[in-house]
Amino acid sequence: MADDYPKVDRVMGGPSGWISIGFPAVLFLYFLGLLPQIAQAPQVHGIDWVPSLGIRLSVLLDGLSMTFALLITGIGTAVTLYSARYLGQHPDYPRFVCYLLMFMVGMLGLVLSDNLIALFVFWEITTIASYLLIGFNADSAKSRRSALQALLVTGTGGLAMLGGMIILGTVAGTFELSQILTMGDMIRTHPWYMGILLLFLAGAFTKSAQVPFHFWLPNAMAAPTPVSAYLHSATMVKAGVFLMARMNPSLGGTDAWFWILTLFGGVTAVFASVMAMRQTDIKQVLAYTTLMALGTLTMFIGAGTHYAIMAGMTFLVVHSLYKAALFLMIGIVDHATGTREATVLGGLSKVMPLTGLAAALAALSMAGVPPMVGFIGKEFMYKAGLGLGGLGAFWVTVMAFAASVMMFAVGGIVALKPFRGNLRPTPHAPHEGPWPMLAGPLVLGALSLMFGLLPGVLGHYLVGPATHAVYGEVRTVHLYLWGGFNTALLLSLLTFVAGWLIYRRHEAIRARLAAFEARSPIDFDAGWDRLLEGFKGFAAWQAALIQNGSLQRYMAVTFTTFVALVGATYVLRGAFTAGVSLSTESVHPIQWTVLALICAGSLLVVWTHSRMTAVAAMGVVGIGVALIFIMFSAPDVAITQLLVEVLVVVLVSLVMLRLPYLPRRSRASWRPGHALIAAGTGLVTTFLMISVLAGDFDRRLTTYFEATSYPEAHGRNIVNVILVDFRTLDTFGEIAVVVMAAIAAFALLRGAAPAKRDTEEM
Amino acid sequence: MQSLILTTATRLLVALLLVFSIYALLRGHNLPGGGFIGGLIGATAFILYTIATSVREARTALRVDPANVAMLGVGVAGLSGLVAGFVGQPFFTGQWLFLFRNGDSYLPLSTVLVFDIGVYMAVFGGILTLVFALEQEI
Repeated sequence: MADDYPKVDRVMGGPSGWISIGFPAVLFLYFLGLLPQIAQAPQVHGIDWVPSLGIRLSVLLDGLSMTFALLITGIGTAVTLYSARYLGQHPDYPRFVCYLLMFMVGMLGLVLSDNLIALFVFWEITTIASYLLIGFNADSAKSRRSALQALLVTGTGGLAMLGGMIILGTVAGTFELSQILTMGDMIRTHPWYMGILLLFLAGAFTKSAQVPFHFWLPNAMAAPTPVSAYLHSATMVKAGVFLMARMNPSLGGTDAWFWILTLFGGVTAVFASVMAMRQTDIKQVLAYTTLMALGTLTMFIGAGTHYAIMAGMTFLVVHSLYKAALFLMIGIVDHATGTREATVLGGLSKVMPLTGLAAALAALSMAGVPPMVGFIGKEFMYKAGLGLGGLGAFWVTVMAFAASVMMFAVGGIVALKPFRGNLRPTPHAPHEGPWPMLAGPLVLGALSLMFGLLPGVLGHYLVGPATHAVYGEVRTVHLYLWGGFNTALLLSLLTFVAGWLIYRRHEAIRARLAAFEARSPIDFDAGWDRLLEGFKGFAAWQAALIQNGSLQRYMAVTFTTFVALVGATYVLRGAFTAGVSLSTESVHPIQWTVLALICAGSLLVVWTHSRMTAVAAMGVVGIGVALIFIMFSAPDVAITQLLVEVLVVVLVSLVMLRLPYLPRRSRASWRPGHALIAAGTGLVTTFLMISVLAGDFDRRLTTYFEATSYPEAHGRNIVNVILVDFRTLDTFGEIAVVVMAAIAAFALLRGAAPAKRDTEEM
Repeated sequence: MQSLILTTATRLLVALLLVFSIYALLRGHNLPGGGFIGGLIGATAFILYTIATSVREARTALRVDPANVAMLGVGVAGLSGLVAGFVGQPFFTGQWLFLFRNGDSYLPLSTVLVFDIGVYMAVFGGILTLVFALEQEI
């Protein structure tokens, strides 16, 4: 895949490459320098963005955001270095770098934001960047479908999350996280808590691909390998996990939180690890193990004890290190051999010893073998699970155990099998990868080993402060490799034995799973297609029902809806009982004359046989209305009404000339349906006017405008002053609509016109 | 349509209507009138001219595409609102300038008037876009 494009001669991607490597590298060093400071006390900085809405661009630097920032910039450096070599000669490499940097900025903003709305903006930037990167190979239909699927799933969740944020901001009275996080007790007992929680989790679960929203993530592997390593494993998909961790002090700790997170997380972890066994493409295997890690993280954040959060934060770092390394490794193998099929690869360590070393380090950490940091992560997960009370302890421990066993087996499939045994034939002759591509996986693998040997450093600088931030209060965090003989160690040993047994039989298990999958009626991906088809079908159905192209139908639907809604309000709210008295004493004879004129015009419209007569008669009705305006001293409205009536007559006559000549059709014939709608509309409008007039006229606005029009707006014509000064924004909107309508109509007329018109216009 | 009476009368009426439309626009702040009414009167003048002669001649007389006038109008109206930003006031706050002050009489100039001119252009251009397109077909 990585080889079939026209090459552009660039050394390490040219300037784009150097910029893309330098940006995260400098930021990484900057954050590293801040680390000792942040480990002591969190910091908040910020500037106002939209002060009237409480939206600020503010930064919350604490253990959690720091850990994420270091992962984003650190792994970002490895990935950009890798991409400069992997894609540096791709003709669209500069575009790729733009997307990747856009993602990096979005992701950093997301984890550093102290303001919920700003966080949402950055959240959506990562969604869009992910869409663009998955669809990077835009000439492949599969890429495009996967990109759109990821966008729609995570975008929908993001919208739900925005709803939750707005409710939470309303409840808390601020959008600043640093303040919201101290209001946990108030928020948890608030009647809207459940709504906030569910909306937030909709965002987190879609972004972090929890079952049943998981299907987009394996498809997202259509992206180039560095993108998979970076976005869809190490950073972006953890945004949901980040959000849950971030909100834990204010939303966590309730029964609902515990059970929703541990159930969804546990099911995701086990489901994904079984699905990982089923795959043959190693990239797909890794995709499913990422799902498993996301499920595990969700489960431990849900468990919520200090130990569980600590285990979660440790595993977060552990997973990012080994998973990024493994993805980058499989990219090298793919590049060198032309295939990623686990069934084809074998014996590569003879020709690719360094790649094999990186893979081994990462896979050992994934399998949780001492002295790798993965072992510590697994031990603490078991301890945290066992330390929970009651049913929760059983569920979390069993799920964590099952997932870890599978991880052990998958570690073998991914890193042992392709490298051991005899060299097998592959599409290309394999060769060792170049240094820019090897550097990342080797350094990440070495870090997995180093943190395993020096757990104190990891605990003091990253896991400790992060745990404080998530747990909400400061407690000592002590990470260690050897915890003595206890239940957790026993479980670890059991994990290795069970994992080894499964690895030995993995080909048989895979065949069994494949057969089962073929018979299974549940297919999430196909379900997604059906859902989309359903939406399209529904849209087509309702468009055909309401917008079938017949003007008569539109009018009928509009007026029937009006009559039904307003009429129903009348009946239900009892407006008829208001007791309106109508008197004709104050009506002037001239007013009777105008009324007669309007009625005559209306009758003529209904009874005439000629379209032109009908148009003219409509004009009579309109001018009658204008006369009424004059009588009630509203000259501006009357002038406008008169001019509009004239224009309508001109416009409609022009339209009439274009209509087909159908004399028979316009003969007045009795149409009961139309008569009913017309009579209903007339009656409802009449009652509406009567009830409006029956109420007391509120003169407050009139008084205000009379008093302020001249002193404040320097105008004596109140109507005009309202239009151009007091309510300028409304008028601005209206003239924009006038122009848009004119242009749309113009486009329609042009579109319908025969070709000869264009020549006439020349 | 060829009618000597209409063509002759139109020459006079179009000029009168156009002048009157500007008059209505400018007096609008204190007396009945304004950009909306002015724009409608101005459009009526050109519609009359179109009916008396042809779309082609009306277009030539207008010199510019009415769609451009309409869009420019929305732009002018929007820009008039930005002026308030320079003195630190919210969008669309009216800014006034009183020139040639002599006792009680003066010439008031304002962003509000500029906005009303934008409204005039939008209405005038929008309606003529529509009418020209409709007339041209037949």
